[in-house]
Amino acid sequence: MKNDDFPNIEMVSNQACLLTFSQVISEATSNDIAQVTQRLKSLAGIVDLVPSYTTLLVVFDDDHFDRFAIFKTIRQTIEAIDPNDFSIKDQREVVIPVYYDKEVGPDIEDVARHCQLSIDEVIRRHHETTYRAYAIGFTPGFAFLGNTPDELHVPRKTTPRLKVPVGSVALAENQTAVYPSVTPGGWQIIGRTPVNLIDWGSKNLALIAMGDSVRFDPISRDEFLVLGGQLDGF
Amino acid sequence: MAFKVIKPGLLALIQDLGRHGHQSIGLTTGGPMDEVAFRWGNALLDNDSNSAQIEITFGMFALEAQDDTSIAITGADLAATLNDKSITPWQTYAIKQGDVLAFHQPVWGLRAYLAVKGGFHCEPTLGSVATVVREKIGGLTGKGDKLQKGDVLVYKACSDHQQRSVPRLAIPHYGNKEIPVILGYQCQSFSSLERANFFSSDYRVSSNSDRMGYRLEGKAVHSDLKGIISEGIAYGAIQIPKDGQPIVLLQDRQTIGGYPKIGCVTRVGGSILAQQKPGDIIQFTPITVDQAERERHLQMARLAQWR
Repeated sequence: MKNDDFPNIEMVSNQACLLTFSQVISEATSNDIAQVTQRLKSLAGIVDLVPSYTTLLVVFDDDHFDRFAIFKTIRQTIEAIDPNDFSIKDQREVVIPVYYDKEVGPDIEDVARHCQLSIDEVIRRHHETTYRAYAIGFTPGFAFLGNTPDELHVPRKTTPRLKVPVGSVALAENQTAVYPSVTPGGWQIIGRTPVNLIDWGSKNLALIAMGDSVRFDPISRDEFLVLGGQLDGF
Repeated sequence: MAFKVIKPGLLALIQDLGRHGHQSIGLTTGGPMDEVAFRWGNALLDNDSNSAQIEITFGMFALEAQDDTSIAITGADLAATLNDKSITPWQTYAIKQGDVLAFHQPVWGLRAYLAVKGGFHCEPTLGSVATVVREKIGGLTGKGDKLQKGDVLVYKACSDHQQRSVPRLAIPHYGNKEIPVILGYQCQSFSSLERANFFSSDYRVSSNSDRMGYRLEGKAVHSDLKGIISEGIAYGAIQIPKDGQPIVLLQDRQTIGGYPKIGCVTRVGGSILAQQKPGDIIQFTPITVDQAERERHLQMARLAQWR
């Protein structure tokens, strides 16, 4: 990280501070945040880390650190990172199989109409793009993936659905995401994955972590069913 | 060796100090809404500070003891009775086999804590038993269920009871409705007039308040910013949506969000806020990080001295 890129550190409470890396969203910033998150994770007295698009919230044990000690620890940790590490992309790639069809993606026709593309073109553009997980939130395992190609930008639905089925693959503005659990949601649904995005019994818990690279792989209805996909839910 | 739930009440949840370290995947922490009361419950019984307790919201909750033990009750006064005799919070009680412990309705406050000697036995999920209903995690089943009639809350039998009560000075000043706030996050985007309004107005607790957040109704405050790039939400963060009505985000809060925030209430402030019922009036008062640190250390020192 270059000196002038050093994040701004601000106490937001006596148990948390916010590191702001940039005012704009970029892959470079996202890399920096992923890197710093990784380094801080293993330190004693760090309770939780919440990385997002341009910021990292550091929650610390106030028996372990006062405000000066936590600033110092964060500074030293960042300074100790080899600048070359920031450019290295040791990104994981996650591939998510998707059954794209109006049967499980009830908004795919609307999306095609809005984008003035055929349904096949919507599918092709969606799965030919490699995305980056900029942030995880909203619900456990919900990864905000960006950016979708310009031709696929769509607004959110005017009335959000009260129940979006598990595994729904959806679009909103310049982002795409998979719904890990049944929740209300206003994104435009174009397909469904049979894989679990969240599994409390697994080592990583969530399939996608912040900073991961994500691709979608189109599958047929039969493959979807063989992989355990469910067709109901709406 | 257990309590049997004979009346489930409105909302009774197994809680410990929360499930930490998983906010990066969007999992909230849970934990006691009144952390000060929770910590005192375990201190009174000389339990580990993270031992599982029951958070009883509003009341209408009753248990029958199947064995002898020692309990502590802290937090709100929910008109508790032990075999139909009134008992008051912030102290320990000896429990005999067959005793019936009931929490009826609020006299003051909203959430009572029931601690048992050695803690309630419960299998943790991701290192914690804290129940988060929305995320279907924690609690007796591990699936985020609130306590139901017939549930069996296991503890280790204990006939060695010690009568103890929390010194009056150490009990939070629940009557003081000034909730301390550390200015931060986007506080600069609120003009000095907006900030003055925020710190000088009465806010009423909305009936839409829950473990996720306390919604407040009163003088609207506005930020110069429409929205922000979504960022991590610390405990106690005060989010100001478009309508200008503050929402204080508490134990079951979402992990990231894109509304401007004016600052954070402290743990002690959040504990006092969590005892307010819909319709109650509070005010916000600014404090510095330095003051918040001192307040916290004083509180932890009192607990440590006790042990």
